[in-house]
This record gives sequence, structure tokens and C-alpha cells, in this order.
Amino acid sequence: MAMKDVPDNVFMTSLDAAASWARANSLWPMPFATACCGIELMATASSRFDLARFGAEVMRFSPRQCDLMIVAGRVAMKMLPVLQRIWLQMPEPKWCISMGACACTGGVFDTYAVVQGVDRFIPVDLYVPGCPPRPEQLMAGIIALQDKIKHGGTLNGTEFGKRTQPTGPAPYDLDELIRIREANEKLVALN
Amino acid sequence: MSTEEALKSQFPQAGLVFSQFRDNHRIGVPAAQLMDILTFLKNVHHFDMLAELTAVDYLEYEGSKDRFGVVYVLVNTQSGERLVLKTHVNDPDPVLPSVYPLWKAADWLEREVFDMFGISFSGHPDLRRILSPDEFTAFPLRKDYPLKGRGERHNFPVLTRSDG
Ligand code: SF4
Repeated sequence: MAMKDVPDNVFMTSLDAAASWARANSLWPMPFATACCGIELMATASSRFDLARFGAEVMRFSPRQCDLMIVAGRVAMKMLPVLQRIWLQMPEPKWCISMGACACTGGVFDTYAVVQGVDRFIPVDLYVPGCPPRPEQLMAGIIALQDKIKHGGTLNGTEFGKRTQPTGPAPYDLDELIRIREANEKLVALN
Repeated sequence: MSTEEALKSQFPQAGLVFSQFRDNHRIGVPAAQLMDILTFLKNVHHFDMLAELTAVDYLEYEGSKDRFGVVYVLVNTQSGERLVLKTHVNDPDPVLPSVYPLWKAADWLEREVFDMFGISFSGHPDLRRILSPDEFTAFPLRKDYPLKGRGERHNFPVLTRSDG
């Protein structure tokens, strides 16, 4: 069939690109909102900022129905196994946004109870900085994620299986080890 | 007769220390007498509500002789009267009798004090950790526990994108 015979309302594309285009424009977020960033996430979804313009307004509280995890807020040690479990329960293909200083790095909460960045323990596709990020910022993040999904996505999601290396910081950084050692030395001196 | 006078006449030997700041009436109680005095206050003076039960770590605190202070705030819901009782316990084995038989409210409050300070309460029906995870081993509100912990926040499996 010659190109001139193709009617105007028919598009030529690859299946991969068509699937990625569809996925990018109907992200269903899983709002893992544990702290103040969650309020901003709610504002993003509501009428003034209207996340529906980007096809991502369907917040689902069942991980089985979601394909975008938005970690909004600090994650306590006790909460991290829950976060990991929810992440594993989400069906493929799925993406993860780490929203706010706390989810990205622990923020000001550099304490024994708060995980210093969720990317240490789950894979994160996109970081949204800010404390809290404004809704515009989160939407810019979602648009950037849509770009990422549209470029390089495959119909069967084969690209995910190749990402076998953790992308976050190593579980222990040197500073941490030094801090722990110093704390233990102080403790010994006290007793 | 005020509560203070009643306590003085009922427990003359107990060595109670009375003090007051604004409308806070405070009583220092030796740990050995604690149960008797609380029972007396509840049954005779109608302090029928345990508003708060918490603890303080006095490690390296200027002028302190004891390691932990445990604070009980009682309320008489008929007269509105409030009373703050404080007792002290020490390492290596800080134990107090549980006040759960007197006030059911003590259940979670004592669990919290146990979780954060490692003070145990004998006779408590279910003395488990309440805030930190069950497998946590330290007592984080003790002053000798480092703010950043001893590496507990790193003990998780690392998931990559190809898992699950
Ligand atoms: S980054 Fe700021 S706004 Fe967001 S959870 Fe942390 S403290 Fe709250």
C-alpha cells in the first residue's frame, strides 16, 4: 500500500511507542503520603491545580490498580517494609516518584527512626525537590516522567528487567560509619 | 482536708516531698511507696483518671542523683484537681510496679515508657514495644543513645527495579 493511499485519520507508529504514549497519559498514582508533602500532593490533585489535565488524577489506594508510586513525605523505619511491600504489589509497568526533601534524602530528620532517602531501598525514577515542593513542581516532575516513559518504553516492559543494580546511595556511607563509631566510643567512655 | 494533708497524715514515714509551681501540685514519691500512695489517691481521693505517665532521663543532669524520673499526672474528674507525682528508678534494672490494675489508661502509656526508656513495669499484662518496630533493640530516648542511631535505619533489603 503506497503512502498516498493512507487516509488522514490513520497514524503509523511502532507498538512500543503507542503503548508508551498511552501509559504516559494515564498514570494512576498510588499516593504514599506519610507527611506534610501529602497535603501538597492533595492540592495538586484538586481543582486549583488539576492533575487531571495530565491524565494522572485517578489516585488509587489499592496498589494493584496503580502504576505510579508517589512517595510524599518522610518514611519511618517502621514504615519502610510497608512501602517495599506496596511497591512489590504494584503491577508492571510501574514508576516511582520520590517527592520532597524527606523522601529523597531524609531531609532535616537525620535521626535513628527516619530512612535517609527511599532510594536506598526501592528504585526511584524521578526526584522532586522542595520542602514541600509546590504543586507546579510536582506537575513538572510528572511531565518529565511522561517524557521519560515515552522515550524508550517497550510494549512488554522488557527494559525494567535489565535494571538489576540499585541506583540509590550505598546502604552505608562512610560518614554514617564514622558517626556510628564515634557514638559507640562516647558510649563506652560514659559507662 | 487537702490531699497534701491527707497524704502527710496517712504516710508520715514515706518521705514525700511536696512542691508547687503556679497551680501544679507536685509530690516526689519513693518508688517503694508508689503503689500504696497511688492506690490511696485513687480509692480514697477519687483521682479516677491517669492523664499522663511519662519518664525523664537525668543522665548527666546537673545535681541529679537518680537516672530516671517517672512522672504520673492524676486528675480528679469530680473536683478537677490535678496532681503530679514523680518517682525515681535507676540502672541497671529499672523496674516499677504497673499501675494498670488502677487505671486501664496505663496500658499504652507504660508500653511507651518501656519502648523509649527501657523501664519495665512488673505486672503489666502486655509489655511490648508500641512505637518502634518489634525487632528494635535499643531504647532511643535514653540520653546515651546517639541521635542517628546505631545503624538500625539501614537494616533493610535493597530492592532493584528488576525485583517483583
Ligand atoms: S520535605 Fe518538607 S514538606 Fe515534605 S515531608 Fe519533609 S518536612 Fe514535610
